[in-house]
Amino acid sequence: MVVGLEVHVQLKTRTKLFCGCPTAFGQEPNTQVCPVCLGLPGALPVLNRRAFDLGMRAALALNCEIARFTKFDRKNYFYPDLPKGYQISQYDLPFCREGWLDVEVEGKTSRIGIERIHLEEDAGKLVHPDRIPYSLVDLNRTGMPLCEVVSKPDMRLPEEAHAYLTSLKSILQYVDVSDCDMEKGTLRCDANVSIRPRGETRLLTRVEIKNLNSFKFLVKALKHEADRQAKVLAGGGRIVQETRLWDQAAEVTRPMRSKEEAHDYRYFPEPDLVPIKVDDAWIAEVRRSIPELPKARRERYVREHGLKDYDAGVLTADKEVASYFDTLVAAGMPAANASKWIQKNVLALLNDKKVGVDALKITPAQFALLDRLVVEGKITAASGTEVFSACVLTGEDPQAAVARLGLAQISDTGAIEEACAKAIADNPKPVADYKAGKQASLMFLVGQVMKATRGKANAQEVQKTLERLLAL
Amino acid sequence: MDWTRKSAFEIREAVSRREVLARAVLEAHLARIDAVDPRLHAFLTVSRDEARAQADAVDAGAAKGPLAGVPVAVKDNMCTRGVRTTCASRSLEQFKPPYDATVVTRLREAGAVLLGKTNLDEFAMGSSTENSAFQKTLNPWDLSRIPGGSSGGSAAAVAADLAACATGSDTGGSIRQPAALCGVTGLKPTYGRVSRYGLVAFASSLDQIGPMTKDTRDAALLLSVLAGHDPMDATSAPLVVPDYLAALEKGVKGMRLGLPREYFGSGMDPEVEASVRAAVATYARLGAEVVDVSLPNTSHGIATYYLVAPAEASSNLARYDGVHYGHRAATYEGLLSMYSRSREEGFGAEVKRRIMLGTFALSAGYYDAYYNKALKVRRLIKQDFDRAWERVDAIVCPTSPIPAFKVGEKSDDPLAMYLCDVLTVTLNLAGLPGVSVPCGFTKGGLPVGLQVIGKAFDEETVLRVARAFERETDFHRRQAPLE
Repeated sequence: MVVGLEVHVQLKTRTKLFCGCPTAFGQEPNTQVCPVCLGLPGALPVLNRRAFDLGMRAALALNCEIARFTKFDRKNYFYPDLPKGYQISQYDLPFCREGWLDVEVEGKTSRIGIERIHLEEDAGKLVHPDRIPYSLVDLNRTGMPLCEVVSKPDMRLPEEAHAYLTSLKSILQYVDVSDCDMEKGTLRCDANVSIRPRGETRLLTRVEIKNLNSFKFLVKALKHEADRQAKVLAGGGRIVQETRLWDQAAEVTRPMRSKEEAHDYRYFPEPDLVPIKVDDAWIAEVRRSIPELPKARRERYVREHGLKDYDAGVLTADKEVASYFDTLVAAGMPAANASKWIQKNVLALLNDKKVGVDALKITPAQFALLDRLVVEGKITAASGTEVFSACVLTGEDPQAAVARLGLAQISDTGAIEEACAKAIADNPKPVADYKAGKQASLMFLVGQVMKATRGKANAQEVQKTLERLLAL
Repeated sequence: MDWTRKSAFEIREAVSRREVLARAVLEAHLARIDAVDPRLHAFLTVSRDEARAQADAVDAGAAKGPLAGVPVAVKDNMCTRGVRTTCASRSLEQFKPPYDATVVTRLREAGAVLLGKTNLDEFAMGSSTENSAFQKTLNPWDLSRIPGGSSGGSAAAVAADLAACATGSDTGGSIRQPAALCGVTGLKPTYGRVSRYGLVAFASSLDQIGPMTKDTRDAALLLSVLAGHDPMDATSAPLVVPDYLAALEKGVKGMRLGLPREYFGSGMDPEVEASVRAAVATYARLGAEVVDVSLPNTSHGIATYYLVAPAEASSNLARYDGVHYGHRAATYEGLLSMYSRSREEGFGAEVKRRIMLGTFALSAGYYDAYYNKALKVRRLIKQDFDRAWERVDAIVCPTSPIPAFKVGEKSDDPLAMYLCDVLTVTLNLAGLPGVSVPCGFTKGGLPVGLQVIGKAFDEETVLRVARAFERETDFHRRQAPLE
């Protein structure tokens, strides 16, 4: 399998690419428009400088070579969601080329090349109501600023494509270039797929797949398409270069455009916009604005906090989570513990409730305190989880929750001694087994004490006490 | 006092000094429009109510500015908020823009009184105004002849004193050629000097808006209002606008004026040539040094222009698809049918011709041979002028090789019509400023125009050279025999 991905991300600017309309999502149809993005007679585009800066940030984060001279071109075709009858895009002189990013699949790292990235404006949306013989045009989305990232055909497995997309999303979110939200449409992905015999170095006929609305469907579609092509070839047929749509209900790809309908876009340089010369000073300014990238941050966590590479990887996958980790450490929580809390408790909660870290009501100071309670043996680790669940979305003080739930660990030697003595008395056979050398029976007795104290006894103390009593 | 015989400058002075009410000046012009335009057909829309309100505001002291009280006509390819802007096309017959072109905003802020919208060749494509979908404008000097194009309505309105001045647009000569054929002054500024925001685009890299006036002083006045950087137009130059009126009377003594030999070729009407050569002699008498220059790539101008302009136009006119504004066919079967029918019905023959030509020139397989090649020749044409500027300060030549021709004379021969632009297109291709001023009449009483070409952004020199000739003659003061 040979895969290349074309990914469109919507840039996080306040206004559209060529006019001052806001980029807010979900407005009433045809309200977020002006003469420019509506393509009214006489209207002219003016480039949003911030969009260009964000594009350059993405280029630097993806290790691309930034072009010193770049321009816009018109891509001409007719469609009702394209009010000017052309899209302003970049054709032969995109603003950057020749980048890469590394992806990891099952422990193996491979480098996926990026062919080019260019800027272009988005088109509007068509809505096709059921059982109604017309379609509705909403032009709010026309003129939204897009970056198109075109990879080289370097991916060989669906999992690799998934990892590439995940990595790309992570990096672009990290440098605050895009929200990369597939549900809101700020991240869109088309795939180019071909297959070839093992050992073959030439690229064979490829098929473009569109309508991939989720990471899951990307993987499914790639698998399906590779199989389909293999079946075609096995049956003596040839692969047709075409565009196919992923039908997510039927989980198959279907033909979309035939060759006769293929467009001649008649690209020519956009005469309403001046070309752009990028100098070293500008690149340096953009470079200074880039925050620490995921890979560098991961390596730093290993170096500075002594975390294992795997853990550092989990923490830095999402910028918000990594920042949260930093605040916990700053509040005094040991790095290793913060790592455990996040991986064991926080991430599950975020995924389950579909919220971000800003929804967590427990303050970093309270969280650090909770951790200290466990470390100092005031409550068991299991109780710690219970307190976390109680406090995380309510903001209740952890110590108050411990008192309210009666979770204070029993470290009082008297109480422990009493409970141990009772367990020994109630379980003669395990006692005998232990004295005969069966270590597992000791753990059974520990378990019985824990059960009797409803998990509140300090387990280490229990074990030490039992050992002492049984040695008598 | 007949205020329709006054220049814009004179009206502005009189209104500012309260010697006359802006309203009175306006009524005089409206009355003349009522009397004369039914024969001339210069106006597509006369916005009486809006103009009266504007004139009243000037009189109430609410509106001031360098054009206070001056009745101005606007070519109907410039957007005027709430007022029909048709581009003389059925595709925009009912279109009322929700916004003003930048030049219109500037006119309003200068206190101008907007009379209405003038006729043009459809989408500014033509040299006779015969391509208008609605009416043919006639030449005030001879009602059996065309006024030139595409700004024929504006030229005729100024020549017939229906407006004190007007705006035109020039892509291949559309201000200068009708100015020459109607005996008025028409200036095309340097590309980028005047904002194109709100000018319905024909050829984006060639279009410019400019003044069409009764004399050079009015041209300087109007240009100073229209010119200047506009953040809504990325191709507008961020340069300071000089005081055009201040430099006007400096004369030509000691200046070097170029005479391009390629602009005096065969096909020129002998009376036109005679008038222009007489003007050159006048310059020599005034102390200018007349220098022979060569612009060798002039002969490629028409071919280059008729590749670049239609190519850009084919893209600029794609938006007239009947989807979200403009004409949509009443019946159709499916999307492609809607597009085809709406555009078939909306566009006239010349517009369709140029769209097809332009689409072809940009097509896969032909782009390099035609459009891309034309861009290269365009650069050569500009370099001709760059070399000339090393030896001269301005260039003088005819504007149009022929005077106004009869209605219908060239409308069956598109190529013959295209050749009307042979002396004007090179400026659009090179982005240079040029003005046409009246320099004589044929025996038949038809106006002849003299063209003055200048360096980029040197409209001061262009106007100054034009004015030096104008004040030695009275061609610009003669009145078209319309009564």
